[in-house]
Amino acid sequence: MTKGIQQTTSSERRALPEPFIFEPNLDRRKVIARIWESVALIAILLGIGMLLTLLVRVFLDGLPYLRPQLFTEFPSRFPDKAGLRSALQGSIWLMVLTALISFPLGVGAGIYLEEFAPKNVVTRFIEINVANLAGVPSIIYGLLGLGLFVRGLGLGRSLIAGVLTMTLVILPVIIVSTREALRAVPTSIREAALALGASRWEMVRDHVLVYSMGGILTGMILALSRGIGETAPLITIGALTYIAFDLRGPLDIFTVLPIQIFNWVSMPQEAFHRLAASGIIVLLAVLLSMNALAIWLRNRLQKRW
Amino acid sequence: MSRVLKVSGLLIVLAVLIAACQPTPTATPTPQVFVTVVKEQVVVEVTPTPGPVEGTILVDGSSTVAPITMAVAEEFQKQYPEVRVPVGISGTGGGFKKFCAGETDIQDASRPIKKSEIEACAKNNIEYIELPVAFDGLAVMVNPANDFVTCLTVEELKKIWEPEAEGKITNWSQVRAGFPDRPLTLYGPGVDSGTFDYFTEAIVGKAKASRGDFLASEDDNVLVQGIAGDPNALGYFGLAYYEENKDKLKLVAIDAGDGKCVLPSPETVANGTYKPLSRPLFIYVNRARADQKDEINLFVKYYLENAKKLVPEVGYIPLTDELYSLALQRYEKRIVGSVFKGEAQVGMTLADLLKAEQ
Repeated sequence: MTKGIQQTTSSERRALPEPFIFEPNLDRRKVIARIWESVALIAILLGIGMLLTLLVRVFLDGLPYLRPQLFTEFPSRFPDKAGLRSALQGSIWLMVLTALISFPLGVGAGIYLEEFAPKNVVTRFIEINVANLAGVPSIIYGLLGLGLFVRGLGLGRSLIAGVLTMTLVILPVIIVSTREALRAVPTSIREAALALGASRWEMVRDHVLVYSMGGILTGMILALSRGIGETAPLITIGALTYIAFDLRGPLDIFTVLPIQIFNWVSMPQEAFHRLAASGIIVLLAVLLSMNALAIWLRNRLQKRW
Repeated sequence: MSRVLKVSGLLIVLAVLIAACQPTPTATPTPQVFVTVVKEQVVVEVTPTPGPVEGTILVDGSSTVAPITMAVAEEFQKQYPEVRVPVGISGTGGGFKKFCAGETDIQDASRPIKKSEIEACAKNNIEYIELPVAFDGLAVMVNPANDFVTCLTVEELKKIWEPEAEGKITNWSQVRAGFPDRPLTLYGPGVDSGTFDYFTEAIVGKAKASRGDFLASEDDNVLVQGIAGDPNALGYFGLAYYEENKDKLKLVAIDAGDGKCVLPSPETVANGTYKPLSRPLFIYVNRARADQKDEINLFVKYYLENAKKLVPEVGYIPLTDELYSLALQRYEKRIVGSVFKGEAQVGMTLADLLKAEQ
């Protein structure tokens, strides 16, 4: 501090800020940094530890039942003869059909909202609703599916009713992730296309979509991965069913992997719990390969501007 | 402005969802008549057509009965590969809603049909044949470390489980003089299960009348874990789950008031000496469908003829030969309606009820 400042009147001194003196205190700050680093490390180790314990238990229980019959046999009252055939068929059909229906709907809605929709009250209203729907618990969609598709449209407990219900579950997620992917494309690209005389649709089709396709597909596949593990909405529409015959088409009755696992877990015999663990391994494998596909697609389709 | 928008948006979404939850009536399928033209003569067939049987038999209902029907369906489909028998699990109550709306052909039930369900079926002109298929015992269990409880009377169980006991009977010493001063923790099935209905009916005297401060789970395996890990536990669930966990649980004998302590076993449940916690399990067959569709007719007969062998395989107790043949007669004669007349008849044996009707 200089003498000049000290000699000012008291009222002037109050108005001036106290001069800030930097105290290095390096040791103390380093200790604090270490503490926070360890807290963050513990946080991640806890998560990974939990996951590993779960995986190890599931694999120990389920590996003995992970054999060819698991894929070729129907469920049975004898754990040694039981398999996932009908559930696997159901899950694959459900995923493929859900993807076919939800992709055009979800991506289309995302493109419209992001690129074409005028920014007015109506679009804001729609946007808020989409965001809200993404947070609605999936069992609510099950009830909607039961009322709308199973009873309203008279589709019964059919695969197509399950597909439409599942489409409802993942549609908001697809719309939101599509919009995120489109938003990541810089405005300059759009302006450049428009400046060269492209129509709005040409701009979207030839530039924005090309650059955002990797992100859109990633969002799509992550949404589907969520769908393949969903049980609640399908149980609500009545898919909790013992099925020992092949699926014949979209109007047929069906079951899926998580439901078969749920069914086995609730059986009294220990052997069925192990069978459920092997079902979980299959479900995990399907999920992980879908995620791997998402990463591969993203890397392949990613185009830089 | 934007807050108003958000709130109204939320409300509209809610309204749509609530509207979607309202059940809409479904059309009942049009009746089918088997008509074949043989040399310009129209013959209405009542007997099954020869050749491969095919079709789909829709079964739904109780999760307790489902393992039995699944076992029968599994074997039946091996013999008749063209017949498809999906077995749904939506609970006895949920299943009856579909059955009485004509959505299913056969209903699995862990209790007799209720008055309200009889009325629902009557309203839709659904006639049904009630067939007992097996017995199930409800087992009362404690932790193996519990060395003072071997037998409980129905009175004592009532004292523990009745609604008035809530918050009051919380110590073993209150159950019977001489029991140690230890806290009492209770485990039982969730309130939507037929097991809960039957236990409360048999012990407290009124279905669904129970204290609420017990640990409830729809998954019996959770109850097994709970009782096995708590030395002060008392709980109840189906005998099949005890059979698989004998080493973790201790069975309690039941004294129905006559001074005799009876443990549940296949014999005591089947001959009715384990009372009042043994119950018959049923299937209800839609009569019109059984008349119209060969595959249903075949399936029901196959069910009653093979239940004796298949029922023990899935952990339940088969009826006596006499009861199975009485049930088959009842089916052949197409005797519709319920022998229970909408009221649970605890204590009366099934044979008495079935014979009374012959």
